[in-house]
This record gives sequence, C-alpha cells and structure tokens, in this order.
Amino acid sequence: MFDGLDATMLARIQFAFTVSFHFIFPAFSIGLASYLAVLEGLWLKTGKEIYLDLFKYWRKIFAIAFAMGVVSGIVMSYQFGTNWSVFSDKTGPVLGPPMAYEVLTAFFLEAGFLGVMLFGMDKVGKKLHYFATLMVAIGTCISAFWILSVNSWMHTPTGYEIAANGQFVPGDSWWDIIFNPSFPYRLVHTLMAAYLTTAFVIGGVAALHLLRNKMDMRARKMFSMAMWMAALVAPLQIFAGDLHGLNTLEHQPAKVMAMEGHFDSHPDGAPLILFGIPNSEEKRIDYAVKIPKMGSLILKHDPNAPLDGLDTIDDDKEPPVGMVFWSFRIMVGIGFAMLGIGLWSLFARWRKKLYDWSLLHRAAILMGPSGFVAVIAGWITTEVGRQPYTVYGLLTTADSVSPLDAPAVGASLMAFVIVYFIMFGAGTLYILRLMNKPVTGTEKTAESGPIRTAGITPAQEEQARGKGGNDAEWGIEQADKGEGA
Amino acid sequence: MNIDLTVIWALIIAFAVFMYVVMDGFDLGIGILFPALSRGAERDKAMNSVAPVWDGNETWLVLGGGGLFAAFPLAYAIILPAIYPPIIAMLLGLVFRGVAFEARWRDPAHERFWDFTFTSGSIVAAFAQGVTLGALLQGIEVEGRDYAGGWLDWLTPYSILTGLGVVAGYALLGATWLISKTEGAVQDHGFRLAAIWMPATLALMAAVSIYTPFLDAEYWRHWFAWPNILFSSQVPLLTGIIAFMLYRSLKKRREYAPFFLTLGLFFLGMVGLGVSMFPYVVPDQITIWDAATVRSSQIFMLVGTVITVPLILGYTAWAYWVFRGKVSDEGYH
Ligand code: HDD
Ligand code: HEM
Ligand code: HEM
Repeated sequence: MFDGLDATMLARIQFAFTVSFHFIFPAFSIGLASYLAVLEGLWLKTGKEIYLDLFKYWRKIFAIAFAMGVVSGIVMSYQFGTNWSVFSDKTGPVLGPPMAYEVLTAFFLEAGFLGVMLFGMDKVGKKLHYFATLMVAIGTCISAFWILSVNSWMHTPTGYEIAANGQFVPGDSWWDIIFNPSFPYRLVHTLMAAYLTTAFVIGGVAALHLLRNKMDMRARKMFSMAMWMAALVAPLQIFAGDLHGLNTLEHQPAKVMAMEGHFDSHPDGAPLILFGIPNSEEKRIDYAVKIPKMGSLILKHDPNAPLDGLDTIDDDKEPPVGMVFWSFRIMVGIGFAMLGIGLWSLFARWRKKLYDWSLLHRAAILMGPSGFVAVIAGWITTEVGRQPYTVYGLLTTADSVSPLDAPAVGASLMAFVIVYFIMFGAGTLYILRLMNKPVTGTEKTAESGPIRTAGITPAQEEQARGKGGNDAEWGIEQADKGEGA
Repeated sequence: MNIDLTVIWALIIAFAVFMYVVMDGFDLGIGILFPALSRGAERDKAMNSVAPVWDGNETWLVLGGGGLFAAFPLAYAIILPAIYPPIIAMLLGLVFRGVAFEARWRDPAHERFWDFTFTSGSIVAAFAQGVTLGALLQGIEVEGRDYAGGWLDWLTPYSILTGLGVVAGYALLGATWLISKTEGAVQDHGFRLAAIWMPATLALMAAVSIYTPFLDAEYWRHWFAWPNILFSSQVPLLTGIIAFMLYRSLKKRREYAPFFLTLGLFFLGMVGLGVSMFPYVVPDQITIWDAATVRSSQIFMLVGTVITVPLILGYTAWAYWVFRGKVSDEGYH
C-alpha cells in the first residue's frame, strides 16, 4: 500500500495521522472539561437540578473522549523518539523541560482527579468533588499551555544556542524559550478553537433534541449556553486569527505566501485571492477569484503596500502551496460560518424564536462537527506551512527523521490506521449514541452515581434505564451519521 | 559543593519507571487475568477495582518516557528506534485497553469483543514492555549519535524470556491486587491465581537473572567481581526471603501482604537491573553522563520536580484513599 515512499515520507504521514487523530479529542475535552466545571459550579450556586442533569449527561461523554485523548496522546509522546530521533536528540535540551513540565503540572493533575470526578460524587463531599472537576479542567488548559509553547518554539525558535555537538541548548533565559514570539497567539487561538468546537457540538446536540421536542427544558438550556458561546467567541476567534496571521507574516513569511497563494511578488498592492486552484508546476493560481489590493490591506493595513511572493524564496525552501492554501480557506470559511450562526442566534433571541426556529436548529446540527474540521485544517495550515523544516529555518524535516527502514514505518503506519479507525471509531459511535439520547432527570434513581468501586456500573445503569426504543433511536442515528465525520 | 545532577536525574527516571511498573503493573495484570475470571460479576468487579485509577497509573509511563527525553535526550533518541516494533505494539496495546475501559460498559451487546480487546491489549503491552527491557539489556548497536542496527535486532530468545517474565509478574500483581480489593468467591479465585503465577514469576525471574551475566562481560564484573559481590549478592538473597514470605502469606490467606510483597519482588528486580546497567543507559556504549542534557535544563526541571512530585504523590494517594476498601456487592441490584 505504501510502496515507493521513503521512510521519511512514511514517518511524516504517520505523525500527521496520529497527531490529527489525537488533537480531535483534546479539542473536545478541553472545552468540555470547562463546560462541566461551569455546570457543576452553577448547580452548587443555584441548587437547580437542571445543571446537575446536564453535568451528568456530559460527564459520560467526557469520560469516553478523555480516555481516547489519553491513549492517543501517549502514542504521541513516544513517537518523537521512534520516528524523529534526530530531532529528539537535537532539541531535547530545549524542548524536553517544557514537555516534562506538562507531564508534572498537567497530565498528573488531570489523571489524578479524573477518577474522583467521574466516580466519586458520593464518596467525597460536593465541594471536594467540585474541586476535582476544576482541577481536571485547569489541567487540560495547562496541558495546552506547555505543548503549544513547545510547538510554537518549533515555528519561532528563540532563546537557544547551538552547542558543539549540534544540539540546541537553552540560552540565558527559559522565559525566551517558553514565551517565544508565536506562542501567545497560538495559545489564544487554539484554546478558543477548543471552546468553539465544544460549543458547536453541544449546540448541535441541543438542536437535535429541540427539533424532536421544543419543550425539552434541558435542551433549551444547552442550546442557549452554546449559542452565547458561539456569538461571543466566534468574532473573537476571527480577530485572534487575524493577529496570528500578522505575527506569522513577520516570522514565517513563506507560510503566509502559501496561505494567500501569492506565487508572485506584488510591488504595488497584493490582491486577496478568495478561491482558485494552486498550480505549483506553473507557479500560479488557476481560475483565481480575487479582490484587488485587499491582500495588502489585510496584511499591511495599506492597499498599496508591496508584498513579496514565493518567487523570492528558493524552491527547495517553499512549503507545499496546495495543502496550505486549501486548509486555510476551509478554516476561515468555517470561522465565518460560526460567526453567522452566532449572529443568527442573537437575532433569534431578540425575536424570541431561539427555541422554535427549526431552520436555525437544522443549521446548528449541520455545524455540530464543524469545529473538528476547522481545528484540523488550522493545524494543517500551520504545520505544512512550516515545511520543509521542523525547527523553522534551522532543522529540516529530512534531517530530523530516525534511521529507520521503510518497511518498519510502513507496517506500523498500517497498524495505526487500522487500530485507530476501529477503536476510535467505536468510541466515537458510543459518544454519538449517548448524544442521541435526550438529557433525562431520571438520573435521580441512579443518584448514587456510577461509582464503580462500590456502586452501579454504567452497564447496570443502562439496563436500569431500559432498552426500550433503542431501535427507533438507531434509525435516527443512521440519519445523523454525518455528524461524526 | 558538587552534586551530580545527572545521577539524581537517573534516579528520578528510575523512580518514575518503578512507579509505572507497580501501578500500571497491577491493572495490566487484571487485564491479563481477565480470561480466567468468570463472566459477569467477577469480571465487573475486577474491572471496577481499577477503573478510577488506571489513567493516573498510565501517566507514570508518560513521565518515564517524557523524562527520558527531557533528561537524557541522546538515550531516548538511540533506544526508541532500536525497539521500534515493541514500542509500537505496546502503544497499540494501550489503545486497545484504554478504549475497552469505557466501551465495555457502554456496549454490553459486544461485551465479549471488549473483553477480548482488554485482555489482548494488556498482554501485548506487558509483553512488549518486557521485550523492551530485554532488548536494552542485551545491547544496542550505536554509531555516532544514532542507532545503527536493523529493525528486528531486538528479537532474541533473551528478550522473549524477559517479555514472558514481565507478563507473569504483572499477572501476579493483578492477582494479589484482586485479593486485596475483593472478598468471598472472587477473593478465593485471586488466591488460586496467585498460587499459579507466583512460581511462574519466580522461575522466570531466576532464568533471566542467570542468563543476564552471560550476556556481557561487564555485567559479569558488576555482579561477581570483588568487592561488588558483597553488595550484589544481597539482591538474590533478599529476593529469596521475600519470595518465601510471599509464599507464606498466600498460604495463610493474608489479604494485603501478598500485594506489597510482590511489589518488593519488583523493587529488587529493579535494583538488580541497576546493578547490571549502572552507569550505562545503553550498555557498554553510552553512559548517563554522555546522554545527559545540559546543566541548565537539569536545574530547571529539578525545581519543578521537587515541587510537583510530592504534590502528585499526595493527591494520588488521596484518590486511592477515596476508593479504598473492598469492591462490594452493594448497589448491584
Ligand atoms: C492544545 C492542546 C493539545 C495539543 C496540541 C496536544 N495535546 Fe496531548 N493532550 C491534551 C492537549 C493537547 C490534553 C487536553 O491535555 C489531553 C487530551 C485528553 C487528555 O486526556 O488530555 C492530552 C493527552 C495527552 C497525553 C496523555 C496524558 C495522560 O496520560 O493523561 C499525552 C502523553 C499527550 N497528550 C502528548 C501530546 C503530544 C506529544 C502532543 C504533540 C505532538 C500533543 N499531546 C498535542
Ligand atoms: C495537535 C495538534 C497538531 C496537529 C493536528 C499537527 C499536525 C501536523 C501535520 C498535519 C504535520 C505534517 C506536515 C507535513 O509533513 O507536511 C505535522 C508535522 C509535524 N508536527 Fe505537528 N501537529 C500538531 C501539534 C504538534 C505539536 C504540539 C508538535 C510538537 C511538540 C508537533 C510537531 C510536529 C513535527 C515534529 C512535525 C514534523 C514531521 C512532519 O513533517 O510530518 N506538532 N503536524
Ligand atoms: C476566520 C477566522 C480565522 C482566521 C483568520 C484564522 C487564522 C489562522 C492562522 C493565520 C493560522 C496559522 C498560524 C500559523 O502561522 O501557524 C491559524 C491556525 C489555526 N487555526 Fe485559525 N483562523 C480562523 C478561524 C479558526 C477557527 C474557527 C478555528 C477552530 C474552531 C481555528 C483553529 C485553528 C487551529 C487549531 C490552528 C493551528 C494552531 C495555531 O497555529 O494556532 N481557526 N488560524
């Protein structure tokens, strides 16, 4: 299946595949952990059962997503060594410490309190349980902090020296390494991406249940919360993305040229290319639809400012244009679609039609999985745009790879593809199945909660609730298949 | 003052690996023993006994691997490509297991399938870890700063033996854990399983111990040269004593002692490993000082470690405390 590809290419495909799969789960679990903390906090503050019902509903889904995030993450941390050993050797002194801090300050925190959060509601008091939930939520954000710092350093390396043995070693200050120039932008943009992704999943689920039953109070609550999130965060995200782009223009101009599709320099104002087909052979965009001068206006805030194109970059130092160009447009397109839904929801609120505008609900269902598409597209833009380097300008991808034989990498890639699709496919299916059920208040009977050590296991819980109507639900699930993609 | 930070870091990594082995060891052990348990309540209880803690346990593996990358990047860069297939197998095994934890409850219709993934994932992960250990001990070919061997060099009778040893050891840990967390019929079953896996573990441990000094003249020297032998001979001696105590405690049907005594066996195994390897990370080729990261990185990380590890141990202990006691029958109606 992978004949004719060398070990480096296979290792790249393997990394891209496993990390993209991994990121799907954090994108959801970072947002969901915070949402759970908010729900439990509201419950403690107001005493309203509805928040507890919602909390318990989403907690089950969180447990599955989190487990898949953990196991796919462990794969990542070993893959640096297995596939990118030269990279690991060279960057270890600089990138090792922040990654070790991630384990010490984030992973243990999440994992240590997860058990109590999931199964301990009766075993510890309400306050302590809330504390555990908070720790899990904070842990996911700390994790994002460190790993994004590491990743950003690879894009905008600062604060290092190069030792005699070829290793990057820390310079005078760790601050310069951790807070490298692209890190603040990437952190803000990615965390907001996680919140948006989660908000749209919750909004989609709520909309599904509203379509079935407009009077479902719990679905109304979820929908309202999710739509506030969309209306508030989507514009912020677009703004942050714009700033991120300006930062990239400063530090990685070739990436922006690829994103914009600027093969040629424009000495007196570059156009904004909306669509077109990048033709890397001929170095032009075929069938381009463009707005004159708009590119310079966005990137330089002056319609006549000159902008360099890829013609100023050596061919062997250019990123592949097609992938970057397309993935960027997909992300931005989804960003504006999210904004559209957010504004629509505000309008619906004003017209008092938020809970019975079925077209809005249908649109929200359609947009349910859009966050996942946008985050993966965003990462592809970022990472493919960095090529041909792993550490921008300093270490090429070709020089980073392990001395491995292609069959070993090819075989393991196959194994990853098969195992991931089966296992994470099954996990995702259960998540969809849970989402397909409405939030119920019958959790009351199971109030003692799924405390697995001493109590009811989710299996029993499921039985207790009865299997009736499952087949009917299945039908609906089939119809909504698209959501999982 | 001259504190050797490199030795401190070697001890920290060894500590992380040991924590991993004892903590994930018993929950992998539960997975290995799963087919021997009867379907229904017995399996449910066994799984319930580890469900709240497996994630925390596995995090020590991340600290072991991530710590090696951070503190000894050269060792990480040489060892991982050398053991590529077993590492990938271990990772995939852990994926199988991790998903099974959740899916088994959500999908009772396919319980058999999830039990199978849980067991096979556990066995593959345990075996791969043992193979990794063997592959490291038997030596790795290095050229410059890179691994220079082929992708199947790790596969030898010795590494298979260490693989089996770890599977047996984890099964014993799992059985003794089950004894401590259950009562009645399930506990009885735990005792019967421990009676099988204890001799198996000891036999494999002995076989590995006898084989190892013959792998490499250096190991022979570490163990048998004067005056090393004064210290090193204590290891098998203590192992013998603990093995005997374990045997007695199982016979007397003690509930908690067997688990801790098994931990003692693992600890001595680790010490034995230290005797063979120190001060090398890659036998005969790379010492811990060759592989160590620069001093400023060592210090930066040490600060964090000194602050966070006690906290981590504290809240981990608390989480275990919350779920203390027997997995009971209550609530199963
Ligand atoms: C922006 C966030 C983010 C990004 C870019 C990554 N991760 Fe991740 N990772 C998380 C956010 C996260 C998380 C939210 O903390 C997870 C997700 C679910 C979970 O259990 O924790 C996690 C889990 C997780 C785990 C398991 C932790 C445990 O045992 O509890 C490991 C070892 C990694 N990740 C490693 C990586 C590596 C090596 C990455 C880069 C290639 C990476 N992650 C990208
Ligand atoms: C979770 C979010 C991430 C996603 C979705 C992602 C995606 C990708 C993709 C698609 C590539 C392939 C580029 C290509 O080969 O053309 C890649 C490359 C790479 N990424 Fe990321 N990445 C993520 C986070 C990270 C982080 C946090 C790090 C480092 C700590 C990292 C390190 C690398 C390295 C070393 C490569 C080079 C290998 C290669 O070129 O394939 N990535 N990533
Ligand atoms: C129209 C709005 C948006 C703009 C202008 C924008 C801009 C950008 C830019 C320029 C990058 C590349 C940064 C680099 O140079 O490496 C990027 C990356 C990324 N984008 Fe967006 N983005 C937008 C919307 C979104 C949305 C809606 C999401 C997800 C819900 C998202 C998720 C991401 C992610 C995960 C990355 C990779 C991480 C990073 O580099 O920050 N973006 N975005």
